[in-house]
Amino acid sequence: MAVKKKSSKASTRVVRKPAASGKKAAQQSIQSVIHPASLLSITQLSLEEVQSILALADQLEKEPPIRSEQRLFKRRVALLFYESSTRTRTSFELAAKALGADTTLVSDKSSSIEKGESLKDTGLTLRALGAECIILRSPYSGAPYLLAEATGLPVLNAGDGMHEHPSQALLDLRTILNRLGKSGSISSSTLKGVTITICGDIFHSRVARSNALLLPRLGARVILCGPAPLLPETAAQIAPKDASGSVVIERDFDRALAQSQIVMMLRIQAERLAGLALDLEEYKSRYQANAERIVRYAAKSVIMHPGPMIRGLEITSEVADGPQSVIEEQVRNGVAIRMALIARALSEQSTASGISMRKNSR
Amino acid sequence: MKPILIRNGHLIDPATGIDAPRDLLLAEGKVIAVDKTGKIKHTIQYPDAEILDAKGLVVAPGFVDIHVHLREPGQGYKETIASGTAAAAAGGFTSVCAMPNTVPVNDSPETTRWMLAPERDAVIRVFPIAAATRGSMGETLTEYGSLRAAGAVAVTDDGKPILGDRIMRESLIAAARAGMPVIQHAEDTRLTGGCSMNAGPVAFRLGLRGMPVEAESGLVERDIRLLAEINDARAHLHVAHLSTRSALDAVRKARRNGLRVTCEVTPHHFVLNEEAVGDYNTDAKMNPPLRAESDRVAMIEGILDGSVDAIATDHAPHAAHEKEQEFERAPNGITGLESALGLAISILHIRHKMPLSRVIALLSTQPANILSLKGRGTLAIGSPADIVVFDPGKTWTFRAAASKSKSKNTPFDGWALQGKVHTTISEGRIVYREGNQL
Repeated sequence: MAVKKKSSKASTRVVRKPAASGKKAAQQSIQSVIHPASLLSITQLSLEEVQSILALADQLEKEPPIRSEQRLFKRRVALLFYESSTRTRTSFELAAKALGADTTLVSDKSSSIEKGESLKDTGLTLRALGAECIILRSPYSGAPYLLAEATGLPVLNAGDGMHEHPSQALLDLRTILNRLGKSGSISSSTLKGVTITICGDIFHSRVARSNALLLPRLGARVILCGPAPLLPETAAQIAPKDASGSVVIERDFDRALAQSQIVMMLRIQAERLAGLALDLEEYKSRYQANAERIVRYAAKSVIMHPGPMIRGLEITSEVADGPQSVIEEQVRNGVAIRMALIARALSEQSTASGISMRKNSR
Repeated sequence: MKPILIRNGHLIDPATGIDAPRDLLLAEGKVIAVDKTGKIKHTIQYPDAEILDAKGLVVAPGFVDIHVHLREPGQGYKETIASGTAAAAAGGFTSVCAMPNTVPVNDSPETTRWMLAPERDAVIRVFPIAAATRGSMGETLTEYGSLRAAGAVAVTDDGKPILGDRIMRESLIAAARAGMPVIQHAEDTRLTGGCSMNAGPVAFRLGLRGMPVEAESGLVERDIRLLAEINDARAHLHVAHLSTRSALDAVRKARRNGLRVTCEVTPHHFVLNEEAVGDYNTDAKMNPPLRAESDRVAMIEGILDGSVDAIATDHAPHAAHEKEQEFERAPNGITGLESALGLAISILHIRHKMPLSRVIALLSTQPANILSLKGRGTLAIGSPADIVVFDPGKTWTFRAAASKSKSKNTPFDGWALQGKVHTTISEGRIVYREGNQL
């Protein structure tokens, strides 16, 4: 089914949208429902689905290339990128190619997007050209929902504004599980007793949101760390209500480090600061992952960074290139995870159900 | 225009205090007689009167919406004065006050008169609200006296709040002299740049920048301070689409201090909270945004305890292609004229047991008083025959597709509502009849 979240329970108790009729009316403006193999938010995946994606990533990684290439031979995958990207774009592209798919890249700088074409029309154009799956990066939070509704195609969210970066959360999870030596089934207690600090520009970070929405469901205790302008108090409420783990805020990085097996550093997103003045020297003194601090408070922790890094700001080279760093491993895991997501999006089963859903909706 | 005798209905007129079975005779565009059921003898003087049987229905003064965007001049693809007033008539409204953020901005007597010209084909009465400053740029006052003479009933820079203390003070003083209120869209835009919903945990999770409550309450408090400083009993501040508990508290306090401050609340702010944004539903995007549940509850409390003077819809039509955009890029606003009565009855009357007479006062008598719309919002003998006949018990499903508005941007599409308009009469003419194209 569509991945719509429930809205406003408290306020719609008396006046309720009748399910069947309300849906019919809504479809007059939105032609299609969201394809079930889309990945728009990490919250739409059950833990079983997370596990099957991780298992598929393992399988695809081990598989001989000659076999993988047959999986999606000549299928058409479009990469629609409204923001610059190195890691995510390349790894999605390599992942699609490793499965034998044809890929095409559409970016805002070299397409009719520059002429003012809307996201909806761009998506419909890609669909008309035969795209069977669209991988979208957008500077606007929620854009993947619009694209998925407009096209009915499986849409993979490769980062939307400040909202989410679900494939990053999955590859981070794979990295974490590997490092902690945890394999096998995923449950609400898989990360029980594990504390993970995410430090830096939480407010602007879609990586932080996806991780904070996923890791507590596996039992992890997530510490969000950063100065108030980059980490509002409301952030702690992001923990899913039914999560076995928790999300807390700790402004003192040293104290957070001392409790953490895993440390995720984030870049300050200068392009999204929107006039926010930040004293970078003070920031470094309080929140930089440098050798002195890591040796003192987190000598055994695993150091992660989703990239791009600004060396010398949130992290120093000694730490980024040091023995505790798994930053390159994260990048490598990205290809396997994205192979699994594309394979899932274009598998016979999901394509079939997607088509029938679209038919039903019309 | 044929005389109309409305028979067997239950008449509720908050202005004259009637809440009883009464018949009503309308002729020459005016209310001619109100009397007990069966008592009006029309056959001699008005033998050709059309008989409207209102058995089981409520007969009330037509509703008055003091906050609508009719989009003309300039944006006829969203709405026209003709289509917007047709939607209003279908919602039971007989008077609408049109905001000046048109293209061009209604900051001149010429534009005001253009809006009032018969060529616009308004089916009900339109009262233009003029811009408080030229081009709504917040710098130079418009000519309040001549705008008033041309037909304007208030001034506002709706959507572009007046931030400067000096210009707001001047506006309040000049409007007081001209006998009009200043309507403020209270939003300190210095705190809301790039924001597209209410600030809080929902906005954080959705990765959207949030408008803080203080952006509204801070400006309301500033305006009230200026009003107090002016110390002119005629000066009247009206707070548009109030949405936060703290701003409502500021209004309550100002009134206790004897200041002339009124306020309106929209149906969506007392029915929905920020959760309705869901997965970036642009039909739940408006300004002020849907707030936290505690603020929604505060709006209900304010309506029940009389702190809120009027329900206004902030009817803001937008074309489908404008709303089918990324949430942050989509324009603010929803349509509201045709769902207002159903929402008010379902939530205020049914859920919160508010007497129908008070619901009608909020939709008709009180808003007419705020803008001194003479003869509107009352069924007193001799007043314009603006009437709504509705069935307070009828449940129905609101369909955006069936709306008479050119635009369909509403979060209430498909909602089951109670309370449906049966007939709307504007100055003695039937302008809407349920299930019947006129």
